Amino acid sequence: MSANKRPLSPFMIGPYYKPQMTSMLSITHRATGAGLVVGTLLLVYWLAAAALGPEAYEHAQAILGSMLGQLFMFLWTWSLFYHMANGIRHLFWDAGYGFEMETATKSGWAVVWSSIILTFLCWLIAAP
Amino acid sequence: MSIRTPLARVRGLGTAKDGTHHWWVQRVTSIALVPLILWFVLSMLVYSRADYETLRHWLGNPINAGLLVTLLVTAFYHAKLGMQVIYEDYVQPEWLKYTLLLVTQFVLFLLGAISTVAVLKVALG
Repeated sequence: MSANKRPLSPFMIGPYYKPQMTSMLSITHRATGAGLVVGTLLLVYWLAAAALGPEAYEHAQAILGSMLGQLFMFLWTWSLFYHMANGIRHLFWDAGYGFEMETATKSGWAVVWSSIILTFLCWLIAAP
Repeated sequence: MSIRTPLARVRGLGTAKDGTHHWWVQRVTSIALVPLILWFVLSMLVYSRADYETLRHWLGNPINAGLLVTLLVTAFYHAKLGMQVIYEDYVQPEWLKYTLLLVTQFVLFLLGAISTVAVLKVALG
């Protein structure tokens, strides 16, 4: 059988599979991972500004404190908590635990809610 | 019987015997990142809106500066490994995949270097 005629398993998101909670969480893990990489630019910018001196730092604080800056940081916070919580879920799978559908669904909801609650908790505490 | 296709056998392509190490390092960095991120989030709750002197004082503590540099290096390494998997899974053609892999790797290394030097300058300055 030649290489291009071999049967392939279709991608989890598309016309072949019904959208499932577990597959949606899986692709969100990748999306938040990539989002965090982009969001890291803000952290590098903040630290670089601090290294340049007080004026550059105040300027960076103003930009990050703007509406748009705060929106990005809010999304970044949620992505961080989601990626961390789901990453811990992955580590349990790597150790061989939690593969039963019921457990995987439960842990999935735990990831969703803990990431949302932790995000709002942080922003309530750190509100300006 | 081999499960490799005749084409793959002719091309002589096979595993680079590097996958397990990649997988393992991604786990090691992710385990390290859990406490580092928790420390970072707690610190940012206090210092994200700090004025310049307060930030300098915070990073002047070698424990904080050391933790932040460790977080940055680990996070950028973890990011490099993760982005590599995303490109390898989704990006075609090959030239685009390798271009993105290289560019991302260079940019992430540079960001890691810039942020580390920045932390050290504030910490030691």
